[in-house]
Amino acid sequence: MKLIRVKYKKWFNILRDGISRSNPIVVAVLGICSALAVTNKVENAIAMGLGVTFVIMASSLTISLMRNIIPPRVRMVTYMVVISTYVISVQAVLQAFFMPIADALGAYVGLIITNCIVMGRQEAYAVKNPVKYSIIDGFASGMGYTFVLIVVAAIREILAFGTILNMPIMAVTWEKWVVMAMAPGGFFVLGLIIWGMRELIKYYENQEEPTS
Amino acid sequence: MKDIFEIIISSLTNQNIALVYILGMCPLIAISTNVKNAKGMGIAVVFVVTLTGIINWPIYALLKATETTNLSLLVFIITIAATVQFLEMFLAKFLPKLYSSFGIYLPLITVNCVVLAVSLFFVNRDYNFVQTAAFSFGSSLGWMLAIVLLAGIRQKLSKYANLPRGLSGKAIAFILLGILSLAFIGFTGLSLF
Repeated sequence: MKLIRVKYKKWFNILRDGISRSNPIVVAVLGICSALAVTNKVENAIAMGLGVTFVIMASSLTISLMRNIIPPRVRMVTYMVVISTYVISVQAVLQAFFMPIADALGAYVGLIITNCIVMGRQEAYAVKNPVKYSIIDGFASGMGYTFVLIVVAAIREILAFGTILNMPIMAVTWEKWVVMAMAPGGFFVLGLIIWGMRELIKYYENQEEPTS
Repeated sequence: MKDIFEIIISSLTNQNIALVYILGMCPLIAISTNVKNAKGMGIAVVFVVTLTGIINWPIYALLKATETTNLSLLVFIITIAATVQFLEMFLAKFLPKLYSSFGIYLPLITVNCVVLAVSLFFVNRDYNFVQTAAFSFGSSLGWMLAIVLLAGIRQKLSKYANLPRGLSGKAIAFILLGILSLAFIGFTGLSLF
Protein backbone atom coordinates (compact mmCIF):
# COMPACT_ATOMS: atom_id res chain seq x y z
CA MET A 1 0.00 0.00 0.00
CA LYS A 2 2.77 2.35 0.99
CA LEU A 3 4.68 1.43 -2.13
CA ILE A 4 1.72 2.35 -4.30
CA ARG A 5 1.40 5.64 -2.49
CA VAL A 6 5.04 6.45 -3.13
CA LYS A 7 4.84 5.39 -6.74
CA TYR A 8 1.81 7.51 -7.51
CA LYS A 9 2.63 10.35 -5.15
CA LYS A 10 3.28 12.81 -7.94
CA TRP A 11 -0.07 11.93 -9.52
CA PHE A 12 -1.89 12.41 -6.24
CA ASN A 13 -0.21 15.74 -5.69
CA ILE A 14 -1.09 17.01 -9.14
CA LEU A 15 -4.69 15.91 -8.66
CA ARG A 16 -5.07 17.43 -5.21
CA ASP A 17 -3.55 20.74 -6.22
CA GLY A 18 -5.76 21.02 -9.27
CA ILE A 19 -8.86 20.72 -7.15
CA SER A 20 -7.91 22.79 -4.13
CA ARG A 21 -4.74 24.82 -3.94
CA SER A 22 -4.37 25.76 -7.59
CA ASN A 23 -8.01 25.50 -8.51
CA PRO A 24 -8.30 27.41 -11.78
CA ILE A 25 -11.41 29.33 -10.80
CA VAL A 26 -10.93 30.03 -7.12
CA VAL A 27 -7.26 30.97 -7.08
CA ALA A 28 -6.38 32.11 -10.57
CA VAL A 29 -9.90 33.33 -11.48
CA LEU A 30 -9.72 32.03 -15.05
CA GLY A 31 -12.42 30.71 -17.33
CA ILE A 32 -15.17 32.67 -15.63
CA CYS A 33 -17.27 33.45 -18.69
CA SER A 34 -18.62 29.96 -19.15
CA ALA A 35 -18.60 29.31 -15.41
CA LEU A 36 -21.26 31.98 -14.98
CA ALA A 37 -23.16 31.94 -18.22
CA VAL A 38 -24.15 28.26 -18.26
CA THR A 39 -24.60 27.55 -14.56
CA ASN A 40 -28.31 28.29 -14.14
CA LYS A 41 -29.06 24.54 -14.35
CA VAL A 42 -26.98 21.65 -12.97
CA GLU A 43 -27.27 19.59 -16.17
CA ASN A 44 -25.77 22.41 -18.24
CA ALA A 45 -22.95 22.76 -15.73
CA ILE A 46 -22.14 19.05 -15.91
CA ALA A 47 -22.14 19.07 -19.72
CA MET A 48 -19.95 22.16 -19.83
CA GLY A 49 -17.55 20.83 -17.20
CA LEU A 50 -17.10 17.50 -18.93
CA GLY A 51 -16.67 19.23 -22.29
CA VAL A 52 -13.94 21.46 -20.91
CA THR A 53 -12.25 18.54 -19.13
CA PHE A 54 -12.20 16.56 -22.34
CA VAL A 55 -10.80 19.46 -24.33
CA ILE A 56 -8.06 20.14 -21.77
CA MET A 57 -7.02 16.48 -21.58
CA ALA A 58 -7.07 15.88 -25.32
CA SER A 59 -5.17 19.03 -26.18
CA SER A 60 -2.69 18.48 -23.34
CA LEU A 61 -2.04 15.05 -24.80
CA THR A 62 -1.55 16.43 -28.29
CA ILE A 63 0.60 19.39 -27.29
CA SER A 64 2.68 17.24 -24.98
CA LEU A 65 3.34 14.76 -27.79
CA MET A 66 4.39 17.56 -30.10
CA ARG A 67 6.27 19.57 -27.50
CA ASN A 68 9.70 18.99 -29.04
CA ILE A 69 8.75 19.95 -32.56
CA ILE A 70 6.64 23.08 -32.00
CA PRO A 71 8.67 26.18 -32.92
CA PRO A 72 8.44 28.53 -29.91
CA ARG A 73 7.45 31.54 -31.98
CA VAL A 74 4.23 30.04 -33.34
CA ARG A 75 3.23 28.02 -30.28
CA MET A 76 0.16 30.15 -29.49
CA VAL A 77 -1.35 29.60 -32.92
CA THR A 78 -0.58 25.89 -32.65
CA TYR A 79 -2.47 25.70 -29.33
CA MET A 80 -5.38 27.58 -30.89
CA VAL A 81 -5.68 25.19 -33.83
CA VAL A 82 -5.38 22.07 -31.67
CA ILE A 83 -7.90 23.35 -29.11
CA SER A 84 -10.43 24.47 -31.69
CA THR A 85 -10.27 21.10 -33.42
CA TYR A 86 -11.31 19.35 -30.19
CA VAL A 87 -13.96 21.98 -29.44
CA ILE A 88 -15.54 21.39 -32.83
CA SER A 89 -15.70 17.67 -32.06
CA VAL A 90 -17.32 18.34 -28.66
CA GLN A 91 -19.87 20.55 -30.37
CA ALA A 92 -20.62 17.87 -32.95
CA VAL A 93 -21.11 15.20 -30.27
CA LEU A 94 -23.44 17.44 -28.25
CA GLN A 95 -25.51 18.27 -31.30
CA ALA A 96 -25.74 14.65 -32.36
CA PHE A 97 -26.70 13.05 -29.02
CA PHE A 98 -27.78 15.76 -26.55
CA MET A 99 -29.73 18.27 -28.59
CA PRO A 100 -31.57 20.02 -25.68
CA ILE A 101 -28.30 20.63 -23.83
CA ALA A 102 -26.62 21.86 -27.03
CA ASP A 103 -29.48 24.32 -27.44
CA ALA A 104 -29.22 25.53 -23.85
CA LEU A 105 -25.46 26.03 -24.08
CA GLY A 106 -25.70 27.72 -27.47
CA ALA A 107 -22.66 29.74 -28.47
CA TYR A 108 -20.90 29.02 -25.17
CA VAL A 109 -19.67 25.61 -26.39
CA GLY A 110 -17.69 27.35 -29.11
CA LEU A 111 -16.33 29.73 -26.53
CA ILE A 112 -14.44 26.89 -24.81
CA ILE A 113 -11.68 27.83 -27.27
CA THR A 114 -11.12 31.14 -25.56
CA ASN A 115 -11.45 29.65 -22.08
CA CYS A 116 -8.18 30.76 -20.52
CA ILE A 117 -7.90 27.55 -18.47
CA VAL A 118 -7.31 25.40 -21.55
CA MET A 119 -4.72 27.73 -23.02
CA GLY A 120 -3.13 28.27 -19.60
CA ARG A 121 -2.55 24.55 -18.99
CA GLN A 122 -0.92 24.12 -22.41
CA GLU A 123 1.43 27.03 -21.85
CA ALA A 124 2.18 26.34 -18.20
CA TYR A 125 2.37 22.56 -18.15
CA ALA A 126 1.83 20.46 -21.26
CA VAL A 127 4.46 22.11 -23.40
CA LYS A 128 7.28 21.15 -21.05
CA ASN A 129 6.18 17.93 -19.35
CA PRO A 130 5.87 14.29 -20.45
CA VAL A 131 2.59 12.92 -21.72
CA LYS A 132 1.34 10.98 -18.69
CA TYR A 133 1.69 13.88 -16.25
CA SER A 134 0.18 16.31 -18.74
CA ILE A 135 -2.97 14.20 -19.02
CA ILE A 136 -3.31 13.95 -15.23
CA ASP A 137 -2.74 17.68 -14.92
CA GLY A 138 -5.38 18.38 -17.54
CA PHE A 139 -7.80 16.06 -15.76
CA ALA A 140 -7.15 17.75 -12.41
CA SER A 141 -7.70 21.25 -13.75
CA GLY A 142 -10.81 20.13 -15.57
CA MET A 143 -12.19 18.49 -12.43
CA GLY A 144 -11.44 21.56 -10.31
CA TYR A 145 -13.35 23.59 -12.86
CA THR A 146 -16.26 21.15 -13.05
CA PHE A 147 -16.49 21.00 -9.26
CA VAL A 148 -16.89 24.78 -8.90
CA LEU A 149 -19.34 24.84 -11.82
CA ILE A 150 -21.55 22.19 -10.24
CA VAL A 151 -21.53 23.90 -6.83
CA VAL A 152 -22.49 27.25 -8.37
CA ALA A 153 -25.15 25.63 -10.53
CA ALA A 154 -26.65 23.69 -7.62
CA ILE A 155 -27.03 26.82 -5.50
CA ARG A 156 -28.50 28.80 -8.38
CA GLU A 157 -30.89 26.07 -9.48
CA ILE A 158 -32.23 25.50 -5.96
CA LEU A 159 -32.83 29.19 -5.39
CA ALA A 160 -34.11 30.01 -8.85
CA PHE A 161 -36.29 27.00 -9.67
CA GLY A 162 -36.46 24.98 -6.43
CA THR A 163 -35.08 21.92 -8.21
CA ILE A 164 -31.88 19.93 -8.74
CA LEU A 165 -31.46 18.14 -12.08
CA ASN A 166 -35.13 19.04 -12.67
CA MET A 167 -36.26 17.11 -9.57
CA PRO A 168 -38.24 19.35 -7.22
CA ILE A 169 -36.64 19.47 -3.77
CA MET A 170 -38.09 22.61 -2.23
CA ALA A 171 -41.65 22.93 -0.90
CA VAL A 172 -44.34 23.90 -3.39
CA THR A 173 -44.74 27.23 -1.66
CA TRP A 174 -41.08 28.10 -2.38
CA GLU A 175 -40.90 31.64 -3.71
CA LYS A 176 -38.61 31.46 -6.77
CA TRP A 177 -35.72 33.91 -6.85
CA VAL A 178 -35.84 34.82 -10.51
CA VAL A 179 -32.72 36.95 -10.25
CA MET A 180 -30.63 33.85 -9.47
CA ALA A 181 -31.28 32.44 -12.94
CA MET A 182 -30.01 35.65 -14.52
CA ALA A 183 -26.52 37.10 -14.71
CA PRO A 184 -26.44 38.95 -11.35
CA GLY A 185 -27.21 35.76 -9.43
CA GLY A 186 -24.20 34.09 -11.00
CA PHE A 187 -21.94 36.97 -10.05
CA PHE A 188 -23.11 37.02 -6.43
CA VAL A 189 -22.88 33.25 -5.93
CA LEU A 190 -19.45 32.96 -7.52
CA GLY A 191 -18.13 35.94 -5.56
CA LEU A 192 -19.27 34.41 -2.28
CA ILE A 193 -17.90 30.97 -3.23
CA ILE A 194 -14.49 32.42 -4.07
CA TRP A 195 -14.49 34.19 -0.72
CA GLY A 196 -15.43 31.03 1.16
CA MET A 197 -12.93 28.78 -0.62
CA ARG A 198 -10.14 31.27 -0.13
CA GLU A 199 -10.80 31.42 3.60
CA LEU A 200 -10.78 27.61 3.60
CA ILE A 201 -7.46 27.13 1.80
CA LYS A 202 -5.96 30.26 3.36
CA TYR A 203 -5.18 31.99 0.07
CA TYR A 204 -5.17 35.75 0.29
CA GLU A 205 -4.34 38.37 -2.30
CA ASN A 206 -2.13 41.24 -1.34
CA GLN A 207 -4.01 44.45 -0.83
CA GLU A 208 -3.83 45.92 -4.29
CA GLU A 209 -2.39 49.38 -4.71
CA PRO A 210 -3.73 51.53 -7.53
CA THR A 211 -0.71 52.35 -9.66
CA SER A 212 -1.87 55.59 -11.17
CA MET B 1 -31.65 52.76 -40.08
CA LYS B 2 -33.88 52.49 -37.05
CA ASP B 3 -32.93 48.90 -36.26
CA ILE B 4 -29.23 49.73 -36.47
CA PHE B 5 -29.63 52.41 -33.86
CA GLU B 6 -31.64 49.97 -31.77
CA ILE B 7 -28.93 47.31 -32.00
CA ILE B 8 -26.26 49.74 -30.82
CA ILE B 9 -28.33 51.04 -27.89
CA SER B 10 -29.47 47.62 -26.73
CA SER B 11 -25.98 46.13 -26.93
CA LEU B 12 -24.78 49.02 -24.77
CA THR B 13 -27.46 48.62 -22.11
CA ASN B 14 -29.85 45.72 -21.57
CA GLN B 15 -27.92 43.26 -23.76
CA ASN B 16 -24.51 44.38 -22.57
CA ILE B 17 -22.05 41.69 -23.58
CA ALA B 18 -20.06 41.86 -20.35
CA LEU B 19 -22.76 42.30 -17.74
CA VAL B 20 -25.69 40.36 -19.20
CA TYR B 21 -24.07 37.74 -21.46
CA ILE B 22 -21.10 37.45 -19.05
CA LEU B 23 -18.34 37.38 -21.65
CA GLY B 24 -14.77 38.62 -21.57
CA MET B 25 -14.52 38.14 -17.82
CA CYS B 26 -10.83 37.21 -17.54
CA PRO B 27 -9.46 40.57 -18.72
CA LEU B 28 -12.40 42.38 -17.13
CA ILE B 29 -11.39 41.11 -13.69
CA ALA B 30 -7.64 41.18 -14.25
CA ILE B 31 -7.20 44.66 -15.72
CA SER B 32 -9.87 46.60 -13.84
CA THR B 33 -7.68 47.64 -10.91
CA ASN B 34 -7.27 51.18 -12.18
CA VAL B 35 -9.15 53.37 -14.62
CA LYS B 36 -6.22 54.23 -16.87
CA ASN B 37 -5.40 50.62 -17.78
CA ALA B 38 -9.10 49.82 -18.12
CA LYS B 39 -9.52 52.60 -20.63
CA GLY B 40 -6.51 51.41 -22.66
CA MET B 41 -7.80 47.85 -22.78
CA GLY B 42 -11.31 49.07 -23.61
CA ILE B 43 -10.17 51.11 -26.60
CA ALA B 44 -8.08 48.23 -27.90
CA VAL B 45 -11.09 45.90 -27.61
CA VAL B 46 -13.40 48.33 -29.45
CA PHE B 47 -10.86 48.54 -32.26
CA VAL B 48 -10.24 44.81 -32.63
CA VAL B 49 -13.83 43.62 -32.16
CA THR B 50 -15.26 46.04 -34.72
CA LEU B 51 -12.57 45.11 -37.21
CA THR B 52 -12.88 41.34 -36.78
CA GLY B 53 -16.66 41.51 -36.89
CA ILE B 54 -16.49 43.26 -40.24
CA ILE B 55 -13.85 40.82 -41.56
CA ASN B 56 -15.58 37.68 -40.34
CA TRP B 57 -18.96 38.41 -41.94
CA PRO B 58 -17.82 38.00 -45.58
CA ILE B 59 -15.75 34.99 -44.55
CA TYR B 60 -18.80 33.34 -43.04
CA ALA B 61 -20.75 34.11 -46.22
CA LEU B 62 -18.02 32.31 -48.15
CA LEU B 63 -18.20 29.32 -45.79
CA LYS B 64 -21.97 29.22 -46.20
CA ALA B 65 -21.65 29.26 -49.98
CA THR B 66 -19.29 26.29 -49.91
CA GLU B 67 -21.29 24.49 -47.16
CA THR B 68 -18.38 24.17 -44.74
CA THR B 69 -19.94 26.01 -41.80
CA ASN B 70 -18.73 23.21 -39.49
CA LEU B 71 -15.30 24.75 -39.70
CA SER B 72 -16.49 28.24 -38.79
CA LEU B 73 -14.99 28.11 -35.28
CA LEU B 74 -11.56 27.22 -36.57
CA VAL B 75 -11.68 29.80 -39.33
CA PHE B 76 -12.92 32.56 -37.01
CA ILE B 77 -10.22 32.00 -34.44
CA ILE B 78 -7.49 31.98 -37.06
CA THR B 79 -8.87 35.18 -38.60
CA ILE B 80 -8.89 36.81 -35.20
CA ALA B 81 -5.34 35.75 -34.35
CA ALA B 82 -4.12 36.92 -37.75
CA THR B 83 -5.94 40.26 -37.47
CA VAL B 84 -4.49 40.94 -34.05
CA GLN B 85 -1.00 40.03 -35.21
CA PHE B 86 -1.35 42.20 -38.30
CA LEU B 87 -2.77 45.12 -36.35
CA GLU B 88 0.14 44.93 -33.92
CA MET B 89 2.71 45.06 -36.73
CA PHE B 90 0.81 47.81 -38.53
CA LEU B 91 0.57 50.01 -35.46
CA ALA B 92 4.20 49.46 -34.49
CA LYS B 93 5.31 50.53 -37.94
CA PHE B 94 2.98 53.40 -38.83
CA LEU B 95 1.40 54.71 -35.63
CA PRO B 96 4.04 54.22 -32.92
CA LYS B 97 2.33 56.63 -30.53
CA LEU B 98 -0.94 54.70 -30.57
CA TYR B 99 1.04 51.46 -30.37
CA SER B 100 2.81 52.50 -27.19
CA SER B 101 -0.51 53.46 -25.59
CA PHE B 102 -2.36 50.21 -26.19
CA GLY B 103 0.13 47.89 -27.84
CA ILE B 104 0.65 45.92 -24.67
CA TYR B 105 -3.02 44.93 -24.51
CA LEU B 106 -3.20 43.65 -28.08
CA PRO B 107 -1.72 40.15 -27.61
CA LEU B 108 -4.13 39.58 -24.71
CA ILE B 109 -7.12 40.21 -26.93
CA THR B 110 -6.83 36.96 -28.88
CA VAL B 111 -8.01 35.09 -25.78
CA ASN B 112 -10.73 37.62 -24.96
CA CYS B 113 -14.00 35.76 -25.48
CA VAL B 114 -15.80 38.93 -26.61
CA VAL B 115 -14.04 38.83 -29.96
CA LEU B 116 -15.06 35.27 -30.78
CA ALA B 117 -18.49 35.66 -29.18
CA VAL B 118 -19.43 38.59 -31.41
CA SER B 119 -18.64 36.46 -34.45
CA LEU B 120 -20.67 33.54 -33.11
CA PHE B 121 -23.63 35.74 -32.15
CA PHE B 122 -24.05 37.31 -35.57
CA VAL B 123 -24.13 33.81 -37.02
CA ASN B 124 -26.81 32.74 -34.53
CA ARG B 125 -28.92 35.83 -35.11
CA ASP B 126 -28.66 36.01 -38.93
CA TYR B 127 -27.53 39.63 -38.99
CA ASN B 128 -26.79 41.26 -42.35
CA PHE B 129 -23.56 43.12 -42.95
CA VAL B 130 -24.57 46.56 -41.65
CA GLN B 131 -26.26 45.06 -38.61
CA THR B 132 -23.11 43.04 -37.88
CA ALA B 133 -20.96 46.15 -38.02
CA ALA B 134 -23.36 47.98 -35.69
CA PHE B 135 -23.55 45.02 -33.32
CA SER B 136 -19.77 44.57 -33.09
CA PHE B 137 -19.24 48.26 -32.46
CA GLY B 138 -22.05 48.51 -29.92
CA SER B 139 -21.13 45.46 -27.91
CA SER B 140 -17.43 46.30 -27.75
CA LEU B 141 -18.37 49.79 -26.57
CA GLY B 142 -20.60 48.16 -23.97
CA TRP B 143 -17.69 46.02 -22.79
CA MET B 144 -15.54 49.14 -22.46
CA LEU B 145 -18.29 50.85 -20.48
CA ALA B 146 -18.42 47.90 -18.09
CA ILE B 147 -14.66 47.68 -17.51
CA VAL B 148 -14.29 51.44 -16.95
CA LEU B 149 -17.21 51.51 -14.49
CA LEU B 150 -15.84 48.53 -12.58
CA ALA B 151 -12.33 49.97 -12.50
CA GLY B 152 -13.62 53.27 -11.14
CA ILE B 153 -15.46 51.53 -8.30
CA ARG B 154 -12.55 49.21 -7.47
CA GLN B 155 -10.07 52.06 -7.42
CA LYS B 156 -12.14 54.01 -4.91
CA LEU B 157 -12.88 50.88 -2.91
CA SER B 158 -9.22 49.90 -2.52
CA LYS B 159 -8.53 53.36 -1.10
CA TYR B 160 -11.35 53.69 1.39
CA ALA B 161 -12.85 50.30 2.22
CA ASN B 162 -11.54 47.86 4.80
CA LEU B 163 -12.57 44.44 3.48
CA PRO B 164 -12.10 40.96 4.95
CA ARG B 165 -8.89 39.41 3.63
CA GLY B 166 -10.49 36.68 1.58
CA LEU B 167 -13.02 39.01 0.02
CA SER B 168 -10.59 41.69 -1.12
CA GLY B 169 -9.31 41.61 -4.68
CA LYS B 170 -11.19 39.36 -7.04
CA ALA B 171 -14.10 38.19 -4.89
CA ILE B 172 -15.39 41.70 -4.26
CA ALA B 173 -15.09 42.44 -7.98
CA PHE B 174 -17.73 39.77 -8.60
CA ILE B 175 -20.13 41.25 -6.08
CA LEU B 176 -19.66 44.66 -7.71
CA LEU B 177 -20.26 43.14 -11.14
CA GLY B 178 -23.46 41.59 -9.84
CA ILE B 179 -24.76 44.95 -8.67
CA LEU B 180 -23.77 46.63 -11.95
CA SER B 181 -25.45 43.82 -13.85
CA LEU B 182 -28.69 44.31 -11.91
CA ALA B 183 -28.62 47.98 -12.84
CA PHE B 184 -28.06 47.22 -16.52
CA ILE B 185 -30.84 44.64 -16.62
CA GLY B 186 -33.06 47.46 -15.37
CA PHE B 187 -32.80 48.99 -18.84
CA THR B 188 -34.94 46.16 -20.26
CA GLY B 189 -38.06 47.53 -21.91
CA LEU B 190 -36.45 50.87 -22.61
CA SER B 191 -38.05 52.34 -25.71
CA LEU B 192 -36.71 55.33 -27.54
CA PHE B 193 -39.21 55.81 -30.34
